[in-house]
Amino acid sequence: MEKKGLMGYFVIGITVAFACCLGISGCSPSGDGGGTGNARKQFTIKNKGSDTMVNLAQAWAETYTGISQTASVEVSGGGSGTGVAALINGTVDIANCSRQIKPTELAQAEKNTGKVPQEFIVGHDALAVYVHEHNPLDRITINELAEIYGENGKITKWSQLRITHPECQSDKIIRISRQSNSGTYFYFREALLGKTRDFGLGSLDLHGSKDVVEVVERTPCAIGYSGMGYATEHVKMLAVATAPGESYYAPNLENVLAKTYPIARPLYMYSLGEPTGEVKVYLDWILSAEGQKIVEKLGFVPLVNN
Amino acid sequence: MNALRKNTKAKVPFSETAIETFIRLCGISSIIFVFGIFFFVFREGAGFLFNGLDLGQFLTSPEWYPTSLSNKRYGTLALILGTFSVTTLAMCLAVPFGLGAAIFVSEFCSPKLREAFKIIIELLAAIPSVVWGFIGLTLMNQMIIKIFNAPIGLTMLNGSIMLALMSVPIIVSIAEDALKAVPDSYREAAEALGATRWQVVYRVLLPAAKNGLLAAVLLGAARSIGETMAVLMATGHSVNIPTGPLSWMRTLTATIAAELGEVARGDEHYQVLFIIGILLFSITFIVNLIADLVIKGIHQDF
Repeated sequence: MEKKGLMGYFVIGITVAFACCLGISGCSPSGDGGGTGNARKQFTIKNKGSDTMVNLAQAWAETYTGISQTASVEVSGGGSGTGVAALINGTVDIANCSRQIKPTELAQAEKNTGKVPQEFIVGHDALAVYVHEHNPLDRITINELAEIYGENGKITKWSQLRITHPECQSDKIIRISRQSNSGTYFYFREALLGKTRDFGLGSLDLHGSKDVVEVVERTPCAIGYSGMGYATEHVKMLAVATAPGESYYAPNLENVLAKTYPIARPLYMYSLGEPTGEVKVYLDWILSAEGQKIVEKLGFVPLVNN
Repeated sequence: MNALRKNTKAKVPFSETAIETFIRLCGISSIIFVFGIFFFVFREGAGFLFNGLDLGQFLTSPEWYPTSLSNKRYGTLALILGTFSVTTLAMCLAVPFGLGAAIFVSEFCSPKLREAFKIIIELLAAIPSVVWGFIGLTLMNQMIIKIFNAPIGLTMLNGSIMLALMSVPIIVSIAEDALKAVPDSYREAAEALGATRWQVVYRVLLPAAKNGLLAAVLLGAARSIGETMAVLMATGHSVNIPTGPLSWMRTLTATIAAELGEVARGDEHYQVLFIIGILLFSITFIVNLIADLVIKGIHQDF
């Protein structure tokens, strides 16, 4: 008898456990805004994409969730391509993108969801060229960058840039790059090498905007590129000129707004179809003076006419 | 006893069959999952594998340009060599430590110390790989720069040390089991012949347990080959044929992890990443199969 009782409980236990598992997995994806903090809000705007923009998007989301009575915003990163892929699959409301959406992606989104992604330029980003803080180099031309980063590039040593780097005894330039699918990688490649030349192999392809700065900070021989907003006190940003005879411009707000700094790009947000309701209110707020103030605060460049 | 069992069986046929079915399902499910995963990976990559991919270039060219606008090239030689070299170096570091620790735990230490050791080793196994990667990216990077005067510390050596630390727990626990499986009569016989403790280990236990120890090493190696996050962060993730422990490199797994998230579904690049998946699957399968056959060897011995 006792044995039967135990068995019975065992079976009930397993059944309950199963039911719980099914319940959890079945409910959570559809639980819109079910998190504790958002319990009162009716609408959750899902926002995903560019790694460059993730801090910015997070700051927008936090401020907006604080102000808005009706909506909260969830942000995740992963890269421009990831955001667009999620938009194509219809799992996010807004995709962040540090490059323009590709025609193939537009077509795919339309085919999959029946809606055409709408583009919003929400700010600008200057790609800064970072070196170690003790590197004596202050400025560089696009040509030199192309020879450092490009396939079969001719510049591999710091001495070729007419400097002696005391903390880099090997004199070797360690190229820090990004993984080959990031929006930053695409933009930097096009700005330096155009559409026909590739980056040389053997660069260290790191997996985030922040990692690039982190590694340059700790590596005397390194050169790297990342968003201007990721600068720290322990790295140096180089002034850049388009060609040897031209003047050099530092990556800062004025130079980007005046369009004199050569490697700056717009930051995009894409909504699925013409935005409506809460998504439209959110995008309007981002483009407003208040939203653009946050852009400037995070080291990016706000839109001019707001 | 027999009568009792018969009795209960007759009385509660439902719960008994329910449990049996449940357990059977659990067992079968793992087989289904493995084949399901293999089928899925193969299906995603098959289109390009049989139609378009230059397999010769794929296996022998070091040029990995999956997102080039003008000239896409899918050569994985640098990645394959990266995976093998980092794993080999990791095993060179992990095997002496792992086997040494296993011999110590199983033969030389007191039962109390043994329990403490086992718990700590299990703790080592529980550290997530991304944490190891972070240690590699920050702490080890600077240490390698300082100690070896290297231009950068994100190297094969860095990745190997991380992998060694991750596979040591596996090697220790499996090797210890193998040593434990050697019957005590062997030890007693050896001691009776006047062998010292070291002679017992070296001349009797190691030869007797060699299959199990080999299996431990192979499973540790399989863990290293499959590891992703730590090597992604610690080795520099650079398409570069490694020339020594201080060169930066990239592995097959890290390439999939870094690039799969951002490719368009069904794209050539997407399919190539899945073909890399098939390649990895085959490598791990072969290593695990060898380990399995070797473990089977133990049971035949005793």
